[in-house]
Amino acid sequence: MITPAVPKSWYLPSKPHKFCPGCGHGIVLKALGETIDELEIQDNTIFGCDIGCSLLSWDFFACDSTQTHHGRTTPVMVGIKRARPELITIGYMGDGGGYSIGSQHLLNAAVRNEKVTLILVNNTNYGMTGGQMAPTTLPGQKTETTPYGRDPELTGYPTRGPEFLAELTPDSAYIARATVSKYKQLKRFLRNALRNQIEGNGFSFVEVLSTCPTNWRTNAQQTWRFLEDEMEPYFPVGELKSPFGKGGDK
Amino acid sequence: MQTNLKVIGDTKKSFVTGNEAVTWAALAAGAEMMFGYPITPQNEVMHYWTRLAPKYGRGFLQTEDEISAGFTVCGAVQAGTKAFTATAGPGNVLMQEPFGMAEAMRLPLFAVIQQRGGPSSGTVIYSQQEVTLTTYGGNGEGHRIVYSTATHQEIYDYTIKGFNVAWKYRFPTFLLGDGYQAKMREPLEMYDPQERGIEIVPTYPLIGLDGHIGENREPQHLCNIYSLEEELYEVVMRFAEEYESISPELVEYREEQCDDADIIILSHGVVSRAADDAVKALRAQGIKAGSFRPITLRPFPQAQLREAIAKSGAKKILIAESAYGQLDRLTKQEIYGETIKIENLFKPGVGIIDYDIVSKVKSIL
Ligand SMILES: Cc1ncc(C[n+]2csc(CCOP(=O)(O)OP(=O)(O)O)c2C)c(N)n1
Ligand code: SF4
Ligand SMILES: [Mg+2]
Repeated sequence: MITPAVPKSWYLPSKPHKFCPGCGHGIVLKALGETIDELEIQDNTIFGCDIGCSLLSWDFFACDSTQTHHGRTTPVMVGIKRARPELITIGYMGDGGGYSIGSQHLLNAAVRNEKVTLILVNNTNYGMTGGQMAPTTLPGQKTETTPYGRDPELTGYPTRGPEFLAELTPDSAYIARATVSKYKQLKRFLRNALRNQIEGNGFSFVEVLSTCPTNWRTNAQQTWRFLEDEMEPYFPVGELKSPFGKGGDK
Repeated sequence: MQTNLKVIGDTKKSFVTGNEAVTWAALAAGAEMMFGYPITPQNEVMHYWTRLAPKYGRGFLQTEDEISAGFTVCGAVQAGTKAFTATAGPGNVLMQEPFGMAEAMRLPLFAVIQQRGGPSSGTVIYSQQEVTLTTYGGNGEGHRIVYSTATHQEIYDYTIKGFNVAWKYRFPTFLLGDGYQAKMREPLEMYDPQERGIEIVPTYPLIGLDGHIGENREPQHLCNIYSLEEELYEVVMRFAEEYESISPELVEYREEQCDDADIIILSHGVVSRAADDAVKALRAQGIKAGSFRPITLRPFPQAQLREAIAKSGAKKILIAESAYGQLDRLTKQEIYGETIKIENLFKPGVGIIDYDIVSKVKSIL
């Protein structure tokens, strides 16, 4: 039997993890774990998770971790970082937590160029509460609160977070959008986002396009199709702002 | 963070506002960070802090709102930093969310509340209408410690004490003042707590610990949401027990001439000053009045109040407050079963002077 390599920074007693089968959260956290290992920051990393499916990661890492409230991970991480600048603070949140209820925290942390790293998982819905519309729900997409499909006339168009954050931040910030379908690129972006904090440059943000088969009510094939064919065209993947130049440190 | 603890050298007399007293006391107590958002009548705490803090190596962040101010304090104290905030009115409402997290995670958060009129934006002036919110404002059943001050000296003393109590017991702790106390000037003796033999309770981090994970320490996982009813039950019950066991050490109150009183005037905060004056005036007119004042609104000095009722044999209590019955409700819940008649003088959002109390007492005796 081949045992898959497990990142050193994973907390083994909490494995197997608690996400649904086919959920993208696990992929993001695997990439993050490997990146924490590679950067050798496990001992001084503070991982903070939002309330949403991200809360299931509260004991995911063998890093000091803290759980916050829905939308409030950003200010908690800002408080920790302001108090102890030597710590590496990673805030982990959903699209509802980051772009809706916590949007004024996100926006203002970006404007102040807070030296925290925030990872936002975009699964186009409120996963934990049973699949309601999120700011990122695509036009026409059916959710529990848009049973006939999201109508932009009534509820506007999906939020493109990295785009607006890139507008608000100075050049020392790092802003990117990754996807769980491109693992190597996801890791590279996470690494850059953490490097940017480690070097003390500024605000770092990575949105990750992710999957939620449970609420999308999709099988494996449909899940991947929705991610690649529906989400990725609407939410272009790439680095929007990087102090490390185009392509960054590959 | 490197802080210079010696803020006040020799004890000095000063003539300052309550907000200034908060700031000096916070500095003297070794507070390292303030997070705040402007709201009257608390603003000057931030104004003084931002002027003085850099001189003593302390930090400040003006956040985007009170929710953020509360949560940044939660983050900073988890990281082992003595942090605080100050707010009022609608800001106090917004801060109930982070205060609730501090209750659930037992965070040593300290906050100063300078009450203003309500509901809603009300007035920016004064009230005692934030008693219920400050003592029991969270969802669920968390535990907190609330000091209601009456003088600038108390603001200074209880700010120092508030930080200490928060870090000693790890229950969020509040200093409940009001717009009058915040803005008025009055004499104050500023001192260095250590010179007075007041130990400054040391801070310590809950996360961001020294050492190597997996080698000489375990990772810390702080959590505030539970999967099972029983898990939460265990937590709430444990906190409740702990709070009840420390309550006798925490309870503070003051009573004046209750031994033989026919009527006990019950009040808190600045109104208790009017009550004390009223007792003097009434006694001068041959009316046996006494006054009782909870300093800790939570935990409430219920045993002491029951004792005052018993020993005096008083026939009536007059509850006087600049609110429409918040101290009244709190008291009735605490002294349930007493048969003494309770009268009231409610002036929501309006100041109360000794004359008001004297007239009321005469009208009901
Ligand atoms: C103040 C507050 N409002 C609402 C909720 C309920 N709630 C919990 S998780 C959640 C949505 C989570 O969605 P998202 O942030 O997109 O994360 P996901 O579960 O999709 O990963 C909501 C609304 C809450 N916990 N707190
Ligand atoms: S509900 Fe969706 S986001 Fe949440 S764990 Fe399941 S698949 Fe993942
Ligand atoms: Mg979501």
